[in-house]
Amino acid sequence: MASTTQLPTTPAALPQPVTTRRRPPKLGRSRPNFLGGLGGWLWLAIIIVPVYYVVITSLKNQAGFFTSNPMLPPAEPTLDNYKLVLENDFAKYFTNSLIVTVGSVVPALFVAFMAAYAIVRGKGKFLSWTNNVFLLGLAIPLHATIIPIYWMITKAHMYDTLLALILPSIAFAIPVSVLILSNFMRDVPNELFESMRLDGCSDWAMMWRLALPMTKPAVITVGIYNALHVWNGFLFPLILTQSPDTRVLPLSLWTFQGEFSVNIPAVLASVVLATLPLLVIYVVARRQLLSGLTAGFSK
Amino acid sequence: MSATTTTPPRAPAAKRATDTRRTLEKGPSGWLAVPALAFFMLFAILPLLGVLFLSFTRWDGLGEIKLDGLSSWNTVLADPVTGNALLVTAKIMFFSFIVQAPISLLLGVFTAASQKYRAALAVLYFVPLLLSSAAVAIAFKALLDPNFGLGPGLGLPLLAQDWLGNSDLVLFVVVFVIAWQFVPFHTLIYQGGVRQIPASLYEAAQIDGAGRIQQFFNITLPQLKYTMITSSTLMVVGSLAYFDLVFVLTAGGPGYSTRLLPLHMYLTGFKANDMGAASALGVILVVIGLALALFLQRLGGKNRNASQLEGA
Repeated sequence: MASTTQLPTTPAALPQPVTTRRRPPKLGRSRPNFLGGLGGWLWLAIIIVPVYYVVITSLKNQAGFFTSNPMLPPAEPTLDNYKLVLENDFAKYFTNSLIVTVGSVVPALFVAFMAAYAIVRGKGKFLSWTNNVFLLGLAIPLHATIIPIYWMITKAHMYDTLLALILPSIAFAIPVSVLILSNFMRDVPNELFESMRLDGCSDWAMMWRLALPMTKPAVITVGIYNALHVWNGFLFPLILTQSPDTRVLPLSLWTFQGEFSVNIPAVLASVVLATLPLLVIYVVARRQLLSGLTAGFSK
Repeated sequence: MSATTTTPPRAPAAKRATDTRRTLEKGPSGWLAVPALAFFMLFAILPLLGVLFLSFTRWDGLGEIKLDGLSSWNTVLADPVTGNALLVTAKIMFFSFIVQAPISLLLGVFTAASQKYRAALAVLYFVPLLLSSAAVAIAFKALLDPNFGLGPGLGLPLLAQDWLGNSDLVLFVVVFVIAWQFVPFHTLIYQGGVRQIPASLYEAAQIDGAGRIQQFFNITLPQLKYTMITSSTLMVVGSLAYFDLVFVLTAGGPGYSTRLLPLHMYLTGFKANDMGAASALGVILVVIGLALALFLQRLGGKNRNASQLEGA
């Protein structure tokens, strides 16, 4: 679209932004900001109290839940709730979530990467139009399309299958993936592509041997971003699946809540179990995950 | 890119060189974008047209789809619940914006600074990002229980209200839970924005003797203009998508007091089995979303995209 405005004035202008990007401003080294600190700790309390409550309650037995102080940890912590959740097909729902997430994110990344490469490296009306379609996709509340999607999926006899969740999830992951990947791909110096081209490389080869290695962090980042969305997605499973065989984790939380409505500790144990995989990823790959969430927005 | 400035050919000898330049400039084939485009057209753009088409039909979700003119639109527009859903959506959009925007901005500035304890706090701030809306809703449902939740736990009767059953309070509870879930994401955006502000601006201001508050208003805020537009757009357009959280937390109740437009659409289509009316509501949802997004982008000026890419 604005291809004229992004022409660098000098070749040296290209790598420059990378060096200036992540320098935290040294805010007031002079005296500590007590008010800011107070606000910071207050917000921490707001964030932590619900998390704390969920964890301690999930370790209480049902009698303990009704009799003990709700905000104190249980006198005799028990893992029975976790056992109950695990015995109620948790593994199946977990596997379903995993299949849907991997099945959506990998193809979405693949096609979005190719599209981003074409949009950044290519020229012409078709590609700029394509880019605009994806940008438009970011502005539309795509939830509004659930009824026609339900219609299409039932027509295609895919209702209540995991594929019914995968196909729209791929489509809905594409706009943001293309946006973020193309933002990063613009940072790859043009000279590298030119020299590979002069060596006789095809675009297909340049894409996988140059563009992919150069944007690998961005690809991982986008992958995590999409995985988080698909893993936590609720609306598609709600309208496109029905049976326990195709149930994914977020939906299972909701049905657990219906089935064990009196057994709050068990319901909360299912919340902990469903979040645990993401918590592990957060602990291991916090930087990637956080940059994944902001990439393309504040970059 | 830079090749465009050197193209004018002078001698015939240079012709072959310009030919290779030309193929260079042509770039990769548009076919590479086709798979992504096809997926997106099939499952996003086509349904977008489908929702318009279905709004002129009668369909219960199972049987035949019958063309029915404007009757779905008449039903939807005459139904007071639609007006109420629009009002609830507008209220939640407004309140969740005025709650989330300042908190996210301040937390973004707070966590962007170099102090170690702030970095440690930030690690915990971002935990809600991991939770699904269903998980957040279930957790708050338990926490807000007047008998076994936060109120009795802390011995504060004030907190032991029937938060989700009181139609005067429930809207604000929803706004609070939305803020709890989404402030971390916007904090992250603001944190990224603050970190891009050149440190030299602050150094110059300190030499001029500007205090912390002056620096905030004269440097941080103006420099965050585009970040604010991005974050606000996502916040406002995103508030049209608070479906799952509210669905699990209140299911739109008590009564119709938290029945947002997307929830109203879902319940009309999949519970009342009136897909025609639900599609009409879907069209309204799309129109509102697009109008808001365009309006907010206008605020930012036309060069926003280009300047953001350059500033990256």
